[in-house]
Amino acid sequence: MVAPMGVMKRVTMVFRAKANKALDRMEDPRETLDYSYQTQLELLQKVRRGVADVATSRKRIELQINTLHQNGAKLDRQARDSLAAGREDLAREALTRKAGVQTQLDDLQTQYESLQAEEEKLTQASQRLQAKVDAFRTRKETIKATYTAAEAQTRINEAFTGISEEMGDVGLAIQRAEDKTAQMKARAGAIDELMASGALDDMVSGPRDDIQAELDRLGATHGVDRELEQMKAELASSAPRQIENTPAGSSDGAATAPASAASTVEPSEQE
Amino acid sequence: MIVRILGEGQLEVPDSAVAELNQLDATLEAAVERSDEAAFRPALAALLAKVRDVGSPTEADDLRPSELIIPQPDATMAEVRKLLTDEGLIPG
Repeated sequence: MVAPMGVMKRVTMVFRAKANKALDRMEDPRETLDYSYQTQLELLQKVRRGVADVATSRKRIELQINTLHQNGAKLDRQARDSLAAGREDLAREALTRKAGVQTQLDDLQTQYESLQAEEEKLTQASQRLQAKVDAFRTRKETIKATYTAAEAQTRINEAFTGISEEMGDVGLAIQRAEDKTAQMKARAGAIDELMASGALDDMVSGPRDDIQAELDRLGATHGVDRELEQMKAELASSAPRQIENTPAGSSDGAATAPASAASTVEPSEQE
Repeated sequence: MIVRILGEGQLEVPDSAVAELNQLDATLEAAVERSDEAAFRPALAALLAKVRDVGSPTEADDLRPSELIIPQPDATMAEVRKLLTDEGLIPG
């Protein structure tokens, strides 16, 4: 077994090994410095792309959250309308579906926060690397202008090891972010597919929104009843005696002509 | 002495804190060696808390390498194992 030396020291050694190998390969450090600087700029590009990728994923989740929020609000409204119409069964169905939407929402919210944190971390990593790359460029130019190859070797060792460590850290951060966005993309894609296939649509806003259809029918019936009551009241006030004389006949007539009632009432109201 | 927390950056830690950090690190290492998940998480948290408590962040353009490197706070035990052995994982 390896003698215990601590996690911190062992991780550091792994990071150092990489830098030392590169340093050993340097014949004229002044040329290697330019090459290293190029690699640093490439990594900077990569970490910036990583930030953009995470942001794209986050925005996609944000859109899905908004859509689900709207669905949830609609179901809530439908539940209230159903209850107001005395249809507890419909209200129960709407609330059950709303709970399903809420579960999806909670899951997406967690993912959203995790992506936000990842984006923040990568942005800071990018800023730290930028600062070190700038410092390295200045150091490199001074060394190239002032020192011989042999002197340059000793002068650059520390800076090279330092920036190599930062690059290793940033590289790991990019890797982690890539893994996470890949997972998110897969899940977001699955939800998009569900929405596209109508499986989520059907619950609340699709053409076969049965809760809304039932509510619409209830609404229409209520409207007709209300208008009938209104007409009866009007007739009663203008000719109370006639109504008294034929109570059964008038209600029969109203019940058999509900379809025409809606179209004939409006003009009579305008008069 | 400079200590790096992976994913977060470097901190300057007074040498007087080293003994205590090593002790916390030994606990962490033992947990990793035993694959003791229950002990691993609090050990890593305790080490990080101590470093944050006694350390102060270095300037961003400071090019000095770290003497000690600590895994990221949300690292799993598998990730820590990889950090201890896998040299291929570090780019550049």
